[in-house]
Amino acid sequence: MQSQATYNYNVVRQFSIMTVVWGVVGMLVGVIVAAQLVWPELNLGEWLHFGRLRPLHTNAVIFAFGGCALFATSYFVVQRTCHTPLFAPKLAAFTFWGWQLVIVLAVITLPLGFTSGKEYAELEWPIDILIAVVWVSYAIVFFGTIAKRKTSHIYVANWFFGGFILTVALLHIVNSAALPVTLTKSYSAYAGVQDAMIQWWYGHNAVGFFLTAGFLGMMYYFVPKQAERPVYSYRLSVVHFWALIFTYMWAGPHHLHYTALPDWTQSVGMIFSLILLAPSWGGMINGVMTLSGAWHKLRTDPILKFLITALSFYGMSTFEGPMMSIKTVNALSHYTDWTIGHVHSGALGWVAMISIGSMYYLIPRMYGKTQMYSVGLINAHFWIATIGIVLYIASMWIAGVMQGLMWRATNPDGTLTYSFVEGVKASYPFWTIRLLGGVLFLTGMLIMFYNMVRTMAGEKAYEAPVVAPAAAHA
Amino acid sequence: MDINDFRSLITVLGLACFVAICVWAYSKSARAGFEEAARLPFTDDDAPSLAAGRHTKEG
Repeated sequence: MQSQATYNYNVVRQFSIMTVVWGVVGMLVGVIVAAQLVWPELNLGEWLHFGRLRPLHTNAVIFAFGGCALFATSYFVVQRTCHTPLFAPKLAAFTFWGWQLVIVLAVITLPLGFTSGKEYAELEWPIDILIAVVWVSYAIVFFGTIAKRKTSHIYVANWFFGGFILTVALLHIVNSAALPVTLTKSYSAYAGVQDAMIQWWYGHNAVGFFLTAGFLGMMYYFVPKQAERPVYSYRLSVVHFWALIFTYMWAGPHHLHYTALPDWTQSVGMIFSLILLAPSWGGMINGVMTLSGAWHKLRTDPILKFLITALSFYGMSTFEGPMMSIKTVNALSHYTDWTIGHVHSGALGWVAMISIGSMYYLIPRMYGKTQMYSVGLINAHFWIATIGIVLYIASMWIAGVMQGLMWRATNPDGTLTYSFVEGVKASYPFWTIRLLGGVLFLTGMLIMFYNMVRTMAGEKAYEAPVVAPAAAHA
Repeated sequence: MDINDFRSLITVLGLACFVAICVWAYSKSARAGFEEAARLPFTDDDAPSLAAGRHTKEG
């Protein structure tokens, strides 16, 4: 065998497989908590109580499923577009095992009730330190690979991945600053409204950079690849990147409307959230228009269906988000299931679908193939998942608006028209429909798991040779 | 200079910087480079060719 250099597919393969595995696990926990809202008897003991399982669900789908998908695709894209294997391969291997350890520790500690009580940052301080170490290693591997690239340009997908890696490091380290009391308990370094503001600066930018910029990196590579044509407008992608970077950082206060946060800060958050509509839609249009002249491919290629539907949901939820950040709209929507519907329109529609599409592209290539075991099953997955999302978000919209209207209704004498429990009772049918939507989405993931196992069956792991940058041919 | 002047200055500089990026992105001089960069995903063929690649271990 010739000793030609090969790309580091091993770490990409490991992360890809774990994306599907954690996807199944995280969404199963989601289905369980949805069922607990319909049948409260399912709250079995303190370890499996809704309050403990809900953060496990969010951590598992965001950081385990989404995180593994981001590691896998960024490591793949940066190598292929820079025409060089990963920098520091041992450190890359460490990011895989370190990240899996973080997830396993989350699976153990969250049901046991160890939490710092910050949403999407619940893990206690020893795990936070491990996350920081893994993340800095990730940055070294990623930017080291960019530094030794064989091309003059840095492809736009890498800009988005790089922005995501840097910002998440900053967010995590600042927001997790805490004073440890014991091994399993710490107190935030910040107090009062500053603590709340830092938490939602973190929380909203976790949405903006972890769940948006990183996945836009996927979009800018896998949509052109699968459509077999370059991105619609490269200069729009440059403006898209910088507009997103400049505006997202300021949008966090919309999570704290009508709280002790100063009024002007709330208004700044609302205005920047409204401005965000422009870069978000610019990016969506750029992705969708990449298909112009090749729309027929959408009829036959289920991977493209996943990618383009993901962009449609991205457009929908980035329209809905700015609207919900308007104070008067927020007065109705906040604390209701409308927020849950909005989050899942983004999380299932955008994040999960773009990841699933990218994984269907990646997984066969990790085994020296170009196709999954069954294209028909990808198609089945697409339709089951899409119906699941529609049921989920439609039921949450109706339930949310209904809850908001019931909570604010007053009698002529100023007393509340409805007690809280009447709102709960009215929500039951919609929580049942939501459960059904979640079950459908999980079913799709199980089909994907089966398809992946059959694609891998009997195949040997494949290492692709490093290609010298060739003359452009598109 | 008081800290609030400095804060205003940073905001104005941020906006000026973003406008400058937009002007640059849509300038003629950036065009050729962008066209080259846009083709980067296609300058390498990732269709696995079994002759060139290596199967390292049992999958």
